[in-house]
Amino acid sequence: MDSLLLDIVIKVIFALLFVAVIMSLAAYSVLGERKVASWIQGRVGPNRTALPGISAIPVLGPQLVKLGIWQPLADGVKFLFKEDPLPGHVNKLYYCLAPCIALVPALTTMVVLPVGQYMDGDVVKPIILANVDIGILFILAFGSLGVYGIVIGGWAANSKYPYFGGIRSSAQMISYELAMGMSILPVLIWANGPNSGLAGLSLFNIVESQQGMWLGVWMPIPAFIFLVSLYAETNRLPFDMPESETELVGGFHTEYGSFKFGLFFVGEYAHMVIGSAVFTILFLGGWNFLPDFGIESLHWLSDPWALMPNWLGGPLSVIYFIGKTLFFVFLFMWVRWTLPRFRYDQVMTLGWKYLVPGALICVVAYAIIIGLWDIAFAIDQTPAIVE
Amino acid sequence: MAVKVVDRSPLNFWEKTYMPQVLGGLKITLDNMLRPKVTLQYPEERPTIPDNYRGVPTLVRDPNGREKCVSCQLCEFVCPPKAIRITPGDIDDSDENAHVEKRPKDFEINMLRCIYCGMCQEVCPEEAIFLQDIYSVSGYSREELVYHKAKLYELGGTLPDQHYKWDRKKEAEEKVAAGGHH
Ligand code: SF4
Ligand code: SF4
Repeated sequence: MDSLLLDIVIKVIFALLFVAVIMSLAAYSVLGERKVASWIQGRVGPNRTALPGISAIPVLGPQLVKLGIWQPLADGVKFLFKEDPLPGHVNKLYYCLAPCIALVPALTTMVVLPVGQYMDGDVVKPIILANVDIGILFILAFGSLGVYGIVIGGWAANSKYPYFGGIRSSAQMISYELAMGMSILPVLIWANGPNSGLAGLSLFNIVESQQGMWLGVWMPIPAFIFLVSLYAETNRLPFDMPESETELVGGFHTEYGSFKFGLFFVGEYAHMVIGSAVFTILFLGGWNFLPDFGIESLHWLSDPWALMPNWLGGPLSVIYFIGKTLFFVFLFMWVRWTLPRFRYDQVMTLGWKYLVPGALICVVAYAIIIGLWDIAFAIDQTPAIVE
Repeated sequence: MAVKVVDRSPLNFWEKTYMPQVLGGLKITLDNMLRPKVTLQYPEERPTIPDNYRGVPTLVRDPNGREKCVSCQLCEFVCPPKAIRITPGDIDDSDENAHVEKRPKDFEINMLRCIYCGMCQEVCPEEAIFLQDIYSVSGYSREELVYHKAKLYELGGTLPDQHYKWDRKKEAEEKVAAGGHH
């Protein structure tokens, strides 16, 4: 009984930690976005917000202020204390529900997201809230629920542009969901191949199977298709159809203000962070340090964390993983401030005519390649399935 | 006329995928990101104001401390948006500048109307009004932004004078009075 209680308490603490980390990552990627935008445009970006006390520390304090470290705090407080208008023409229930629906799926998906590893005796275990073996399905399913926030928000706002935004968003989501789902099939085929045993769709297994080579390196096309679909799914430029300021004013959040808008905003960035994390897991070897090319003596290269004591290896693997993830968050921003927005029909053409067939071809091609590989190299290790 | 034939060959495979252009664009933005910033951190750093800058119009004194404006009101008439209003006044006989005869009792410039055109400076026969280097004007009310005489002199300060025309006129008159010729 006692150990059960302890278990629950530890889980709750972990869960809170996860939420805290993801939320602050999301908040700070808002800051990152503003900084990257200004740097690309030759500006300096937010560099004024100071926290009394800490900013008075010589050298370090002003430096932090210059980096805009306190800006998200100020933004959050601003959103919190602004008047929260409820326009008369909206559908009140759904209007209030939509921002939550936009944020909740992003936070839910993180339950099955492994972020690092630790050693339990001799066995490598993931640092994860719930190691379910349908991890990737769970993420795909919940990740795409986020679109309901946009659709409901657009509909409840009861005005034209948000409604257009919502409709576009749902169409876009359906189109790119397909390509996205298919582009990860080669990864799953590989992860469940005889090389790595049969461990279902769990993300931890996928990371483990990439110790030899990161999948993004020899599956560049599925990786690329997944990345493009990810941009579309998270409504980021060049696919931000539902918002597109130039055509739809602001799309689904035109009618929102103060904290509700803040929720949408953080939700978007939380999706982005989670999306980057998933990409890192699927195609960039998760927390694996470097690929070891399947050579046994180089195993320390891909998994140095296992050689360290748990208190060091665990956190380091998490930090390394977050580092990789942040690079992709940066890429999101970099792309946003580089590429112009696609036209709506171009988005649809790209999705249906190029990405979906491309992903299909990739599935077939990689199935054949991996099949041949298994027959050539790994058939003798193959467990039950072939026999 | 020379005819220039523009090359319109169809896009090749790579160009059709957009990828070279996308990567090129990413490189451009990355270069931009690493370039030094051009932002001027305003309240701490100030722009350098060139000599011929047209800032806030101000009234000036000559090196003897005499206010140069004689309230001829030419600037009031020429001012395109009618930002200037002058209340002329006499100079007391007891005043050491009595020979100048007139000075403004009040001199208002409405900084909300002024368009910084510099006409007043150009038209002034006394070189009494100058647009100098003050560019940051702010206030809490409209009244506050109507600058009166005292404020205008405070902003204008003293500028060098090449003519001292009123003093020379006085000297000449005194000579005549003393029986000399000019
Ligand atoms: S500033 Fe010059 S133009 Fe204006 S009233 Fe005075 S003397 Fe005349
Ligand atoms: S600068 Fe132009 S607008 Fe301003 S007071 Fe002089 S004449 Fe009038």
